[in-house]
Amino acid sequence: MIENFQEKIRQAAERRVPLRFRGGGTKDFYGNTPRGEILDTRGHAGIVEYEPTELVVTARCGTSLSELEQELERKNQFLPFEPPHFGAGATLGGCIAAGLAGPRRASAGAVRDFVLGTKLVDGRGRLLQFGGSVMKNVAGYDVSRLLAGSLGTLGLIAEASLKVLPRPLDERTLCLEASEAEALAAMNRWAGQPLPVSATAWHEGRLFVRLSGAEPAVHAAAARIGGERAAAPPWHALKEQTHPFFSGPEPLWRISLPSTSAPLGLPGRQLIEWGGALRWVKTTASAETVRQAAPQATLFRAADKSAAAFSPLEPVNARVHKALKAAFDPAGILNPGRLYEDF
Amino acid sequence: MGSRLPVVNALRGFLPARAVLHEEEDTRPYECDGLTAYRQLPMVVALPETEEQVQQVLKTCSSLKIPVVPRGAGTGLSGGALPPGDGVLLSMAKFMRVLRVDPLARVAVVQPGVRNAVISELAAPHGLYYAPDPSSQIACTIGGNVAENSGGVHCLKYGLTVHNVLGLRGFTIAGEPIVLGGEALDAPGYDLLALAVGSEGMLVVVTEVTVKLLPKPQTARVIMASFAEVEKAGDAVAKIIAAGIIPAGLEMMDRPATRAVEQFVGAGYDLEAAAILLCESDGTSEEVDDEIARMKAVLQGAGATRMTVSRDEAERLRFWSGRKAAFPAVGRISPDYYCMDGTIPRKRLGEVLTFIAGLEKKYGLRCPNVFHAGDGNLHPLILFDANHPDELERTERFAGEVLEKCIEVGGTITGEHGVGVEKINQMCVQFRADELEIFHAVKHAFDPAGLLNPGKAVPSLARCAEYGRMRVHGGQLPHPDLPRF
Repeated sequence: MIENFQEKIRQAAERRVPLRFRGGGTKDFYGNTPRGEILDTRGHAGIVEYEPTELVVTARCGTSLSELEQELERKNQFLPFEPPHFGAGATLGGCIAAGLAGPRRASAGAVRDFVLGTKLVDGRGRLLQFGGSVMKNVAGYDVSRLLAGSLGTLGLIAEASLKVLPRPLDERTLCLEASEAEALAAMNRWAGQPLPVSATAWHEGRLFVRLSGAEPAVHAAAARIGGERAAAPPWHALKEQTHPFFSGPEPLWRISLPSTSAPLGLPGRQLIEWGGALRWVKTTASAETVRQAAPQATLFRAADKSAAAFSPLEPVNARVHKALKAAFDPAGILNPGRLYEDF
Repeated sequence: MGSRLPVVNALRGFLPARAVLHEEEDTRPYECDGLTAYRQLPMVVALPETEEQVQQVLKTCSSLKIPVVPRGAGTGLSGGALPPGDGVLLSMAKFMRVLRVDPLARVAVVQPGVRNAVISELAAPHGLYYAPDPSSQIACTIGGNVAENSGGVHCLKYGLTVHNVLGLRGFTIAGEPIVLGGEALDAPGYDLLALAVGSEGMLVVVTEVTVKLLPKPQTARVIMASFAEVEKAGDAVAKIIAAGIIPAGLEMMDRPATRAVEQFVGAGYDLEAAAILLCESDGTSEEVDDEIARMKAVLQGAGATRMTVSRDEAERLRFWSGRKAAFPAVGRISPDYYCMDGTIPRKRLGEVLTFIAGLEKKYGLRCPNVFHAGDGNLHPLILFDANHPDELERTERFAGEVLEKCIEVGGTITGEHGVGVEKINQMCVQFRADELEIFHAVKHAFDPAGLLNPGKAVPSLARCAEYGRMRVHGGQLPHPDLPRF
């Protein structure tokens, strides 16, 4: 199967025909509008190796993310970055290429924090291997982590090894009443205390806090934080964006900023996650207005993405990006324009 | 060698005379880093104090087309800061200021010459600390930690430098300012921060580091467990993980290592055990009591012959003192030692240790082992005497065989010390030509002229071809299936 991918990429490079890597297509909406001939990754599926006691799983790109998570669950482990699926067909390859993490991001880390190694087919159709299946590895530049969030523009992630962790023994969600400013202050204050907070979210006057860990720690923390035990924890609906906040026709902005940043005051509706470091805004305000208020604003979901999905890069940074792109994909055929219009 | 005088004069155009060293007596202290077997006098040493001066040094060297090697405290163990004989050693030692500690946002912004341990000291009044704790933390600088992606004894639970650095500011070799990452958790575009961390000072010169601070756990306790066989200790580690526990620290030392350490620090280790494990739990006191009880049960079931749990902080620190002092302790029982840094899948531990025992006989050299057991990172310490004509050469061959064994079992030649100049030949074994070519292209994207710390970490294809011929000639090529060039 990999040979197949290699051949297709080689041919596309020769003919200068853009290719678009696609698994389940659950993240087609993300980034700039995809273009190019579809190369379906789903035929290259399956877990290659899973050693629970080594805390490492290695799987092929087309592996169903749900099946992978179920397999981990059978051994009482999980992907700590809690990736969103955005649909039934999400694959591991898409998960890493998108580099999106879920509610646990602020406490556990991002996709790249758990990527240990990858097999990559580059823009010349070469099969390359970086990193490995061990926790600590500083041989060579860390190309595997670079691939997380690269949206398939540097190559086809054919296989990946990820660090996994044991599931928390106990988990509970609390709900408190709070204004936006109170919620931001509380979220940051808790994060600076030795409390097992694994997720936070604020929306319309309600602050949700999830505690995960050993039972005594969760119990003690719940007593300190107060509030009521939430009957229906919102985490799944937030992660998969099935929460009512995400409905409606206005564009959805994903704003990444320092967790202590003051309320943005943008028009429209807002939902806060990641201890204050991630702010979702549903607004019809112009891209200029949003990016003026918050430089790192991603136009996440919108019917019209003419404003560019990602905020612009500084010139030196942009030059390095283009040089890296040229190194991995000299013909410029891999998911062109998906990340930035000019590469 | 190029001409020194024009470089000295150009640098003195904007640096005070005391910040440009070129007399041998002044440059001698910079001739090596922690890997003392490799030495080279730098042509010139520059000691800038401001970002502008760093920028000017880089612009000057770029225009004169001479190499620049950045250096922190010089504690690195792979020769990453080995100076250029024909260029400028850029010491960042004067960048010692802590620019900001923000307890609410839980970040510290520091200059690269700030020592690792200082960050935690300054964060302590706020109940916070900086998690990565390499053994050299009292001396090593955060800039060097970034260059090497340093780990420590708590990284299974709290991660490496790459997991704890939020952002970097610095310059490319051309002197262009560059910012990677930042206080926001996601930056747009490629994750260049992940690429820069662990790049051994070959992509950018860092002038400012933003690190994440974590709440200091309320309490911590450590179990010292003895085992009659090294393999049993390895199995015990797997059983702890299988029980769903991620200890804050999980370290192993074999008997030669504990015996070397004990006479030096008196940590209270069991010297009869073939191996000891140190298993630490941290958190609230309820949580720690609960986890210690569960770990004890697992260790008991795994055949521990003796277990001692630290009763107080002083005892906990004493148990750790031996592990943290392992390298200097070994330095006292042998005229010289050579520290290795391979990482292996933990399940292959028994096989690798048996292999190392075989090499001790083959080369007639002793080799105690300390091991970050939780994450599979081995530090075999080969004892030798450089005054014996062939011992260094035997040591290098011994080490080369160990590193290639690490690759063979699915591991890597370096877990946290870096490739530097030391393991550059083994890079030819771990990576194929196409992969090395990508590494060179990554370097080229930041440093087209190849002037920043050249010749380290990534071997040239020509060098690999030469190494390949040498190894084939020696008749000991372990991977005939790998493509050669």
